[in-house]
Amino acid sequence: MDVEQVQTVVNEVGADYFPIKLVEEIAEAGERNNLTDEELEKLVLKVKEAYEREEVEPGESVGTIAAQSVGEPGTQMTMRTFHYAGVVELNVTLGLPRLIEVVDARKKISTPTMDIYFTDEFKNDEEFIRKMGNKIGKITLNDVIKNFNVNYMDNVITAEIDQDILDERRLEISEVTGEIEKTFKHVTINNNLLSFETTFSNDEEKIQQGIRELRLLADKIRDLQISGVKGIGKVVIRHEQNEWVIHTEGSNIGAILKIPGVDIVRTTTNDIFEIEKVLGIEAARNAIIHELYTTMEEQGLSVDIRHIMLVADMMTSDGTVKSIGRHGISGEKSSVLARAAFEETGKHLLNASIRGEVDHLTGIIENVIVGQPIPHGTGSVGINMKKID
Amino acid sequence: MKGIIKKVSEIDFGLMSPETIRKMSVTKIVTPDTYDEDGYPIEAGLMDPRLGVIDPGLKCRTCGSKGGDCQGHFGHINFARPVIHVGFADTIHKILRSTCRKCGRVLLNETEKLEYHDRLQSRIDAGEDISRILKQIHLSAKKEKCPYCEEEQEEIKIDKPISLVEGNYKLTASEVRERLETIPEEDYIYIGINPKVARPEWMVLTVLPVPPVTVRPSITLETGERSEDDLTHKLVDILRINQRLKENMEAGAPQLIVEDLWELLQYHVTTYFDNEASGVPPARHRSGRPLKTLAQRLKGKEGRFRSNLAGKRVNFSARTVISPDPTLSINEVGVPEMIAKEVTVPIAVTEWNIDKMKEYINNGPDVHPGANYIIRPDGRKIRVYDETKETVIENLEPGYIVERHIIDGDIVLFNRQPSLHRMSMMAHEVRVLPYKTFRLNLCVCPPYNADFDGDEMNMHVFQTPEARAEANDIMKVQEHILSPRYGGPIIGAIHDHITGAYLLTHKDTVFEEDKAFQIIKRSKMELPEAKGRPWTGKEIFSLLLPDKLNLVYKAEICRKCEECKQRDCEYDAYVVISNGELLQGVVDDKGYGSGSGKILDAIVKQFSPSDARYFLDHGTKLAVFGGVMQRGFTTGTADEEIPKEAEDRIAELLERSDRRVEQLIEAYENNELEALPGRSLRETLEMKIMQVLGEARDNTGVIAEHYFTTNNSAVIMALTGARGSMLNLTQIATCVGQQAVRGGRINRGYIDRTLPHFHKGDVGSKASGFVHSSYKKGLDPLEFFFHAMGGREGLVDTAIRTAQSGYMQRRLVNALHDLSVHEDGTVRDNKGTIIQFKYGEDGINPAKSDYGAVANLDRLIEEMRLEDSRASK
Repeated sequence: MDVEQVQTVVNEVGADYFPIKLVEEIAEAGERNNLTDEELEKLVLKVKEAYEREEVEPGESVGTIAAQSVGEPGTQMTMRTFHYAGVVELNVTLGLPRLIEVVDARKKISTPTMDIYFTDEFKNDEEFIRKMGNKIGKITLNDVIKNFNVNYMDNVITAEIDQDILDERRLEISEVTGEIEKTFKHVTINNNLLSFETTFSNDEEKIQQGIRELRLLADKIRDLQISGVKGIGKVVIRHEQNEWVIHTEGSNIGAILKIPGVDIVRTTTNDIFEIEKVLGIEAARNAIIHELYTTMEEQGLSVDIRHIMLVADMMTSDGTVKSIGRHGISGEKSSVLARAAFEETGKHLLNASIRGEVDHLTGIIENVIVGQPIPHGTGSVGINMKKID
Repeated sequence: MKGIIKKVSEIDFGLMSPETIRKMSVTKIVTPDTYDEDGYPIEAGLMDPRLGVIDPGLKCRTCGSKGGDCQGHFGHINFARPVIHVGFADTIHKILRSTCRKCGRVLLNETEKLEYHDRLQSRIDAGEDISRILKQIHLSAKKEKCPYCEEEQEEIKIDKPISLVEGNYKLTASEVRERLETIPEEDYIYIGINPKVARPEWMVLTVLPVPPVTVRPSITLETGERSEDDLTHKLVDILRINQRLKENMEAGAPQLIVEDLWELLQYHVTTYFDNEASGVPPARHRSGRPLKTLAQRLKGKEGRFRSNLAGKRVNFSARTVISPDPTLSINEVGVPEMIAKEVTVPIAVTEWNIDKMKEYINNGPDVHPGANYIIRPDGRKIRVYDETKETVIENLEPGYIVERHIIDGDIVLFNRQPSLHRMSMMAHEVRVLPYKTFRLNLCVCPPYNADFDGDEMNMHVFQTPEARAEANDIMKVQEHILSPRYGGPIIGAIHDHITGAYLLTHKDTVFEEDKAFQIIKRSKMELPEAKGRPWTGKEIFSLLLPDKLNLVYKAEICRKCEECKQRDCEYDAYVVISNGELLQGVVDDKGYGSGSGKILDAIVKQFSPSDARYFLDHGTKLAVFGGVMQRGFTTGTADEEIPKEAEDRIAELLERSDRRVEQLIEAYENNELEALPGRSLRETLEMKIMQVLGEARDNTGVIAEHYFTTNNSAVIMALTGARGSMLNLTQIATCVGQQAVRGGRINRGYIDRTLPHFHKGDVGSKASGFVHSSYKKGLDPLEFFFHAMGGREGLVDTAIRTAQSGYMQRRLVNALHDLSVHEDGTVRDNKGTIIQFKYGEDGINPAKSDYGAVANLDRLIEEMRLEDSRASK
């Protein structure tokens, strides 16, 4: 049973407002149960009846219901910040702290991670993906050298590049030496033997300083990054569901998506701010929905997707990701009283007075404050009297 | 009715000009003293009688109304020298920085002005926030030279709270005011001032309004001593300094002294407005307590806004301890007679109810279905006394209102804090009962999150017919069986109701017919036709189910076998309901429990909330009288008894895992351990040990479970989902297991060890908090200590979590509460901005949906076919 057939039936019975997803579901269910055409029409009518019964009524306070539905399970969540989600090797913030982080629209999240997928061509090519993993993941000089030695007598630091590790990491020695030469001036490279010197003069008085400098140089050498994408630390390469996937610690979706072979459709990050920057506000909205939903689901709490959508839509409705709280949505409300009742009471009242703001009392809390019925639900309707002469 | 109720349509904000302050003032205040020796208020003092009256009985000197009716009148203080208003210090600084020091014009050239003007005007017209543009203007209006008069500009800095310094010269408030005065009106828009309601120089005060005494009432202590309000104290300070400043200036005192006094006046005025301004030492009361001045009155949780305006105290409410009563309906609440006699419902007297009303009045305030007050048509409220009730009854006629006690069937609002979701406030019908607690049906515990360890709840009585109608139609408990959070039931059976239903519907439960009828009668259900043979428990339970109900599901006791035998399930876990007959399977948590009840869910969705209410009301009674009370149900440590041989096996198992841990540690110390990818060796060891010990604990559980049979009460509770889990039972019977702090084994305390009982560096199972003992056997002192560590972490965790999630919820609600669905199906905020074109992309209300979906299509098809086959027959 194909979708088009169902769609025509749906249109015939006057239910053309059905979302495509529902039509698809009907088609699938029809397939599963081998529906006859007659039965299909009957089913569509039944669904239509249910649809009409279940529609939201005008005036429904969907905002408050969404906020309560997202907030109430918060009390039941664990505080355990770090938990291993799927990948044992990586820590990811979960539960209530993650929920707060998403809702706050933090620019810097505590544990950014990426899941990098590859196109069909490469997804089963282990060699290619291992190579990509090394290109993406951060490798410092410290990872590839052995016999690191700080010689305080001669003011030199010697080290040896470990060829075995290079092979394992699929790096060329020239890449490493090139990077070293670019950064350090006083360095001699002899095959895989390295020796660094400080800019230290032989002045007796500066000996103390020389030792310090030598130590600083040692740290600098060890921390020299020879490979990796900016912002990304450790990578974990795993075989999942018949393909190779790279999970990373740290995130930089802009750079990763430019790498050839990466599947730009499925590759994702948990950093919403980055998604907004690179992929735009619609993507950010979907990312917020996805993050909130999976965080709840992982804790075994079910929250209807519609509530989460509303939160995400509210956060992104004006084209930028706004936080929920005094620096975002609540701070930009049109009503003075609503802002004053939330936080920073004095500031809002004083500013309103010099700006000459007018509160039209259209919201909920303003009407509660002045003691009038709120304009939602049963309070959203009224009677207009018609004068008959 | 009292005529048309006026509606507030808008509130305008603005600054008060010195003239308006003087104009609305009834008196100038000059004397810092409040009362004379005889205790009478001094004229032109802070308690001047023209400012209004508080004592009832006295008449206001200004408006003539009685105390209580007069809301008070403002006075004013003329300052000897101007002072800066703290709240505007920052704004003033910004304005001075972006205007010319000589000609007062905003330091923007014409093109900039033009550009900003349009942007500002359009945002102002749209009622949007302009602070971001103002910030930009503030940055670009930082020029070395004025573009108009070419005057060189000097940088003005703000020195903490209020002093403004230009170069090295500290500007006085008078100078600041003079500069603000020179700013031309057409430039106001660039500094964020609306010329219609405010002028920048008004931010520097020359006259201070004195709030009426009703705002700062004095308290008379028992000793007869008067204690003044904090604001009065502050105003006394201001007056005193102002007076001295004036005297000194008139006497031609040296500049230094005048400046000192001026500064002091500025300090007092600053703390009068805000006693928590940064950089200003807070003014204190004699006792050392900081004074609560104007800003503190408004701010924060206890401030005017959040505690008096956004939330208000109400009458006709009651609060007491709650206790359970399974004989009540879920729609009901048991109200103690004492409360019923206190809270009342206003009833309009009509021809048809006048006799009944007279009866109530005759009962008076102390006999239960009585009346406390009557309201005459002229609005006078008269208390009903035994002595006066006769005359009251005589005069009673249609048009009067009688405030009668609440009686059975009245509808009230019931609430338990914290009110986290809408199911925390539901409407119940009153049942007046003896004793002093509120009684409620156990099925409504989950939505309120209530238990009976001393919880208290609140009750509110509706006062208007509109409120009662609304409550009855949309707030009743039965209308909230389905949670809007996930579209499934949140109200449902708990604890013994579930065990009861399990025992009743168990395969072996059979009752003689008379016994069965007794149970049915006790459960307040209609007696069915006699069968003339014994009844099975399933047959009794089937009486509850609607005739057309068809349902197939797996019960909670399902063992999740690899291959489901479906109808041949040996555990009776495959539930089949056909045409309202429970053919097989037991009813347990999955059947009608809160949060997961399938039968309950089907009844609410396919039938109606009142059918679901009937099912719950009688189902729970049946479970109690037909299940639990027929057989008797109890549990004790005997239920966790395991034979000696099992204990030996467990001990051996634990010993083996301990050895395995030792081996791992040894391997680690000898560097033989292979690190997991991305982990250090130490972390790898830790993970491996945790895995070994976790498995060990699980295996002891498996051994114990072998001896737990389904005729064991504790096991029945765990399996049916009534209370407790198998994990709890095995912890009692065999081994408690690893205690965790911060998600890992315990490793803190002393240097390199957890307790001084161990060697340094010991990371073995015992030293890191693995509890080998069972709860039943008892923990040794070390284990007990580690267990307490884990327990404490849990408590701290809960405490922090409640605070954090509470704040998150407050922010969420605050951000989203203005959204509602409009007639065209869009979701909009109060400005009319569209947030969603169709709610949730399909316009479905999750509270009415089937777990978020429009319909369970497979079930719909099945139902449809069943109907068809029946029709063809």
